[in-house]
Amino acid sequence: MTTPSDRVRVQRRRSAAADVAAMSQEIDSQSMLGEALLRSLMRAQLRLAAVVLALLAMTLGSLPLLFDVVPQIRRLHVFGIPLPWLLLGVLVYPVLLGLGWFYVRYAERIDAGFVRLVDRPEK
Amino acid sequence: MIPAVGLTAVLAVSLLTLGIGVFGVRVARTTSDFYVASRSVGPVVNASAISGEYLSAASFLGAAGLILAHGADALWYPVGWTAGYLVLLVLVAAPLRRSGAYTLSDFAELRLESRAARKVSSVVVALIGVLYLLPQFQGAGITLRTLVGAPSWTGSVLVAGVVLVIVLSGGMRSITVTQAFQYWLKLTALIVPAAVLLVHWHREGRTTSQELRVSDWVEPMQGEHATYLIYSLILATFLGTMGLPHVVARFYTNVDGRAARRTTLGVLGLLSAFYLIPTVYGVLGRLYSFHLVADGRTDAVVLELPSDVLHGFGADLLTGLLGAGAFAAFLSTSSGLAVSVAGVLSQDVLRGGSDPVRDFRRATALVVSLTLVLLAVSSGVPVARAVELAFAVAASTFCPLLLLGIWWRGLTAPGAIAGLVVGGGACTAAVVVALAGYEAPGLAGPLLAQPAAWTMPLSLFVMIGVSLATAGRRPASVMRTMVRLHTPEHLDVDRGTFDPERTVHPGESTARRDLR
Repeated sequence: MTTPSDRVRVQRRRSAAADVAAMSQEIDSQSMLGEALLRSLMRAQLRLAAVVLALLAMTLGSLPLLFDVVPQIRRLHVFGIPLPWLLLGVLVYPVLLGLGWFYVRYAERIDAGFVRLVDRPEK
Repeated sequence: MIPAVGLTAVLAVSLLTLGIGVFGVRVARTTSDFYVASRSVGPVVNASAISGEYLSAASFLGAAGLILAHGADALWYPVGWTAGYLVLLVLVAAPLRRSGAYTLSDFAELRLESRAARKVSSVVVALIGVLYLLPQFQGAGITLRTLVGAPSWTGSVLVAGVVLVIVLSGGMRSITVTQAFQYWLKLTALIVPAAVLLVHWHREGRTTSQELRVSDWVEPMQGEHATYLIYSLILATFLGTMGLPHVVARFYTNVDGRAARRTTLGVLGLLSAFYLIPTVYGVLGRLYSFHLVADGRTDAVVLELPSDVLHGFGADLLTGLLGAGAFAAFLSTSSGLAVSVAGVLSQDVLRGGSDPVRDFRRATALVVSLTLVLLAVSSGVPVARAVELAFAVAASTFCPLLLLGIWWRGLTAPGAIAGLVVGGGACTAAVVVALAGYEAPGLAGPLLAQPAAWTMPLSLFVMIGVSLATAGRRPASVMRTMVRLHTPEHLDVDRGTFDPERTVHPGESTARRDLR
């Protein structure tokens, strides 16, 4: 038995499926739109990577330079531990983990956004 | 020191590894297919497996040794080995998994559509493999000498022998769970003695010492050209990790790109936990085992510290545990490396005969014996230094190949090959000079001691330049490959015909590779 409301839902699904086919075909056929879609995805991911790497350079990467330019920091002690040892032996690791966590979170968002764009979910 | 405890520990680990390598593979093959088995495990087990295979002699022995000898500046080694995974995470983890490549040669062939690029990549894989195996064998020699007083070569030959048997019988790398177990074994073997020694040190109240107050040990940036040397070390380790042959293969066992990212995040966590400990050994070594600095045997500090701090059977037990962990480190890293290298070498370089099994055996024997020869002629640079030189070569070859291959559609096969040859050649020349113990005068000294800072950009620019000059030779399906590398797997799009399931994993050399 088919009630009218069922029929409406089925029709909607079909049109969503047609959309999906259309968008992924744009990518498959390497049309202008398909290339633009892929390019935007790559650009977004690369921009995120650049942000994380810049943060890495500003935190860990700047330490040798900092020690070089401000030699007093080499001799500082915090809670009886030399500051460079505290930084390089312990504190860099939470920074690395934090950056990694930040990256994974946003990279997954970018991927999900791309999927929404190309593969529109049924409504 | 009773040699029996240490000897038992080493033999037990060797036999256990041999047993798993020889019999475990059969069990794994009969119960479930390798790929299915590894794909049913989650990111935690996968991250443990990657860390287990990654933590080598350099991490277990070498880092603490360098910290004991050089102090604050040596802290960059473990930092770099961890940060390398962050760079790998943000630039290559997901695309590499999505590529479906099992080896770096696979990636080169998929992206560049060139057999020549594949062959050159395979030669570089072999080069990095041998450079990385060298310190593993060296570490084994140090360990056996420290534990039982045997001459150094016996340990190296023992590990070489075990690795040969494991690899020739099929390889243990395929078992993800085994490598995962290795991580926890190494962590336990390092953390338990460290905790005991720390408690002892605290009770003794020996908080100050002359050796700890030496300013050129406590303060960073020591020596001439320190800024260049440290930045070059940072570049080599941060960028070299992604180009290590045994690391890439492990990424294949993730379900998809998303899982590859999460696994890498897990690896960052596991390595961060592990690398807190070598510092403890380095500092306590300064207090209790300072004689090693004078003897030039700082690589042995992890193994000798218990007997320098404690006495009696307790110290022997701790030393035995550390020896077992060290051997686990040599064996897991060496066999994983030897399998990837021999597989790639036999398929792409040595392949001449009609018998792939014989090719694979010849390749394995060649890799292992080449490493032993290199070990005999090298001047015994510290273990962590030797590993870092392998990182420098990886950073100067596969790092630019992966970066440009993944993010720039303009990379061509001639460009990639030129970069691999020029960057790899220059870096290898510098590494050979360093391993030979030659110290060049003037500015050439630091440039050859830490080559990555100039060889990595050199390789990158050669790849870009030659690719631009040969722009007409861009691979035909580069767009399709880019779709494959960057779009999430569950999207239904055309990803080209490269099928990883049809490629044979390097340990299984019996079947012919059918890529296309």
